[in-house]
Amino acid sequence: MEEIQIKAVIEALVFVSESPVTLEAIREVFGDIPKKELQRIVEEMIAEYQNAPRGFSLTEVGGGYQFRTRPEFVEWVKKLKKIKPFALSQPSLETLAIVAYKQPVLRTEIEKIRGVDSGGVLRTLLEKKLIKILGKKDVPGKPLVYGTSKRFLEMFGLKDLSGLPTLKDLAGLGPPPPPEEVLPLEDPKPEGEEEPAPRDEETFSGETAGKEESGGENPKDLG
Amino acid sequence: MELNDFEEMEQPELPLQVKLEVFEGPLDLLLHLIKKNEIDIYDIPITTITRQYLEYLEMMKSLNLDIAGEFLLMAATLLHIKSKMLLPPSEDELGEEIAEAEEDPRAELVRRLLEYQRFKDAALEMNRADLLDREVFARTFFQEEFLKEAEEAVVGEATLFDLLEALKKVLETVPPEEFQEISLEHLSLKDKINEVMEALWEKETLAFQELFTPATPRREVIVTFLALLELLRLRMIKIFQPEHFGPIRIFSPLEREEGQKIISERIS
Repeated sequence: MEEIQIKAVIEALVFVSESPVTLEAIREVFGDIPKKELQRIVEEMIAEYQNAPRGFSLTEVGGGYQFRTRPEFVEWVKKLKKIKPFALSQPSLETLAIVAYKQPVLRTEIEKIRGVDSGGVLRTLLEKKLIKILGKKDVPGKPLVYGTSKRFLEMFGLKDLSGLPTLKDLAGLGPPPPPEEVLPLEDPKPEGEEEPAPRDEETFSGETAGKEESGGENPKDLG
Repeated sequence: MELNDFEEMEQPELPLQVKLEVFEGPLDLLLHLIKKNEIDIYDIPITTITRQYLEYLEMMKSLNLDIAGEFLLMAATLLHIKSKMLLPPSEDELGEEIAEAEEDPRAELVRRLLEYQRFKDAALEMNRADLLDREVFARTFFQEEFLKEAEEAVVGEATLFDLLEALKKVLETVPPEEFQEISLEHLSLKDKINEVMEALWEKETLAFQELFTPATPRREVIVTFLALLELLRLRMIKIFQPEHFGPIRIFSPLEREEGQKIISERIS
């Protein structure tokens, strides 16, 4: 297959997918083209869209690829869509920032930094699916451990967590403590997998994990 | 407080609760005072700051605002630091050495303030990004027609939170219970499970709301909800929510025979 055709197919795949299409999903569609090669092609496409005078671009977010309108056209898009723009309150943003940079993190740790009760805010963030429960910490009381979700990456347009703006270093604070052991709620899940956060893990895990992966990027959607 | 200019109603759970929106907490207030007075954070004039902090609490009190416990705790901390600052450096046989080894009483507070400031900055920085559905938009999909194809449907997976949200809505429509003769109804979970599954096999799919009517007593609502949770646990049903806050739909991947077998085996 010629590269120009491959690009066209990838374009079609991204076009029909609701959530960002992973490279793995694209590779499965093609079957015989190595992932590395596909990645090179997709990256080329990203640059092509970026350099073309278009209203949208191909962006890499949350471990996949998605078409997104360009920020400079926000006013026009809003006129058409007439929706309430996504907004986060200051407490939510603060808490989200702490979770993002400190994950895996406990509620008590968040509250220590913020100096205020954060249960309500955490709940809101869970409801908005911006954070998720990663597991329980193996200390008395088995407190829940929070982390950011794939949706968080999508909302903030991040490829992965390394895309977060660098946290300002603080003199006198010393190096951050090493990451702590987290008890998984059940079998450990592959990195980056979206996982809603029910406490009763057994209720959901099986179907959820499977569906989430296939959601929007499953070849059968295309037919 | 330019940071708080954009706000969003977040927790109107307690209708009478008035929250002074300006400060998120004691640390936020302290940072504000430090900024306002153009104070060097590493050398906080604790007397001035403590006085201003307490004045602010007074103001909150005179406005009849509930002062959160955290604010009071910080007031105590400030006073404690202040009293420690007033004490002469400890001296004993070892003389200066001890004084040197002793940490500035303000150090811990400064660390906390800096740490908090760091995340406030980070939050601000994160908020500058082009956010989805704010500056940038992706295509949205409406999939009602998919829904009819039950298992084929590729729609948003509903989480426990979505389910609880839906339950809350149902409970809100249940009228307050009136006093009347109490009939002891035997609501068994198993019966409810059978009822839900029968309805599912009958109709193939159910909307969450269909399981309840405004006349459904609270107790029954709860039992029905528990039945759903149990069915989810046994993987006998799947729930989907095509859009946020939209209706939740329930499907069963199992045929009647298979399902009945599981019910008789797993549910007592």
